[in-house]
Amino acid sequence: MKFHSKRATTLVALTLAASAALTACGGDDGGSGGGGGDDATITFLPKNLGNPYFDASSTGGQNAVDAFGGSFEEVGPTEATPDAQVPFINTAAQQGVGALVISANDPTALGDALEEARDAGVKVVTFDSDVDAEYRDVFINQASAEGIAKAQVDLVAEQIGGEGEVAILSAAANATNQNAWIDLMEEELAASYPDIELVETVYGDDDDQTSFDKTAALLQTHPNLKGIISPTTVGIAAAARYLSTSDFKGQVALTGLGTPDQMRPFIEDGTVTAFALWNPEELGYLAAYAAHALIDGDITGEEGDTFEAGDLGEYTVGENGEVILGEPTVFNADNIDDFSF
Amino acid sequence: MSATLTKSAPTPGAGGGTPGRGAAVRGALGGALRSREIAVAVVLLVVVAVATVRNDSFLLSADGWRDLLLTPSILLLLAAGQMMVIVTRSVDLSVGSTMALTAYLTGRLFIDVPGIPIIVVVLAGVALGAVLGLVNGVLVAYGQVPALVITLGTMYVYRGIMLTWAGSDRINAGDMPSGFLALGTKQVLTIPLLTIVAVAVVAVVGYYLHTARSGRELYAIGSDPDAAKLYGLKVPTRVLTAFVLCGALAGLAGVVHAARYGTVSSGVGNGIELQAVGAAVIGGVAIFGGSGTVWGAAIGAVLLVTINRALPILGIPDFWQRAVVGALILGAVVLDRVLALRQSRKYDEEREG
Repeated sequence: MKFHSKRATTLVALTLAASAALTACGGDDGGSGGGGGDDATITFLPKNLGNPYFDASSTGGQNAVDAFGGSFEEVGPTEATPDAQVPFINTAAQQGVGALVISANDPTALGDALEEARDAGVKVVTFDSDVDAEYRDVFINQASAEGIAKAQVDLVAEQIGGEGEVAILSAAANATNQNAWIDLMEEELAASYPDIELVETVYGDDDDQTSFDKTAALLQTHPNLKGIISPTTVGIAAAARYLSTSDFKGQVALTGLGTPDQMRPFIEDGTVTAFALWNPEELGYLAAYAAHALIDGDITGEEGDTFEAGDLGEYTVGENGEVILGEPTVFNADNIDDFSF
Repeated sequence: MSATLTKSAPTPGAGGGTPGRGAAVRGALGGALRSREIAVAVVLLVVVAVATVRNDSFLLSADGWRDLLLTPSILLLLAAGQMMVIVTRSVDLSVGSTMALTAYLTGRLFIDVPGIPIIVVVLAGVALGAVLGLVNGVLVAYGQVPALVITLGTMYVYRGIMLTWAGSDRINAGDMPSGFLALGTKQVLTIPLLTIVAVAVVAVVGYYLHTARSGRELYAIGSDPDAAKLYGLKVPTRVLTAFVLCGALAGLAGVVHAARYGTVSSGVGNGIELQAVGAAVIGGVAIFGGSGTVWGAAIGAVLLVTINRALPILGIPDFWQRAVVGALILGAVVLDRVLALRQSRKYDEEREG
């Protein structure tokens, strides 16, 4: 065996190098060393690649960068975990990109890496999922957490007639925004719908198969379940797929946050009547404009700063450096064909 | 072949790995091993019984019955393939990535070639899996590098290829024909079709390993590779075959995944390779090769999946469920070790007495 160990090492090195090259697949590193100006690179770092939601936000970011001039780059891990995002943050800092636009997989775990990037002159914009405020310049919030929670609770209440058992199928157990929404949904249920009981919250880890199996378990564990809320695009699609082939189709309501492309077949076959989402393209678009404004020094992330975001108009930075996109959109059989993302 | 009786301890008195040393050996082998499969099967039945008592829809509702049989089918295919590789004292960690590639190929074919017959897609998935397995097999059998290292590398390479190919594309349920998706839940006399396929595969693999000369040789190679080589067995060819079959089954599992779950995203099959290894170990397949049956691996796979599904019904919190699965694997390994020690002590006594 020893005789071959050298060859083994070479092979491992080769395969690892090959896989690193394949997965990183970053574009050219033509970042212009944080000089500000119009040609600065804006790097999007979503939670993970291959997620249609982030594809749409990156499309929006690309459109915005095309509009104001500069170079756009998207990098990201395959799995939505905080440790997978760190190397991408470090690389962006080394390349000296103008701004990093990131959806964080953890509110604190990325802090050190982001601080280093900011020390190197990189502006940090979070979107979709925030980190603690001290680690970033601006957070582009898709909608106020209250608005999102209320929209989903209202949808499920309407679909089950205002009473009965409901459950939540979430993403990872430590996902920042899902947990914030779940807390607010609980408050909203208690305040506005006392006859609806939240019986369980389960975690599908934003994985198709896990979410699918958790849905099956929910339906079996709670025979009187009347509705499921899944505040994650992966979860709602998996739950819809399970429901559509189950005896509970049409009897258990399903709503939450989903993309029209994923949910179209399930709206058509009646498994789902309505679900909500903000427009992720607009979210990416706004985030890119905020990054641009930070690079140019138009805003610093202070409360009250204002900036122009192209077609979306003027936005004001609110408390804690947050910028709110607007109200979520509700999709149903009448309007789903108007959207494609 | 005598080493097979000592389960995970392949060295003591490992004889010449003579294939087909007669029905007596085979019978004894079956007897000693069958007890392990029965033990795992009993645990499985207990899990199902307890979950059913707790909530009768686990077994008795139409959905519950279907899911009980259907959910393990993907892991069954992977465990059957993995078992053949482990028996030769190798391991294939790339099956999850192989599965991801073939699942994506499945969706891609339906999108790019409208009206393509389903059987062609299935065969394409199996063929791609076999090719990926062939790459592993060539590197392991002729490169003489440990399989753990090679397949760890190809695991990342295959996953990387899948991500580069898929980019940020994702296959949605709407992209695949409803006839194909219906296969995911189609039942014949209440038995899901995919389960029938998986069980048939396990049966064929079991028959091959038990009766075919080349199948028996896999055990001989795993028991003592040097002895097998001295005896004149074509070790590299056999090992290569095991990897190709394992890859082909992972390819089939990818197609099944697409039919069952209806979506293919970049995370398909992440970590399932370890579940396949775990299923084999729980089912009594010795991790150092040379012993175990595909039936054991199959029951191990069903147990692993079923426990995962039963734990929420038993009220075990989400966070503890993985720990329970880990404890199960540790328990199986410890049991293996204890049995092996007892067995070798028995041999020592016999020798002295």
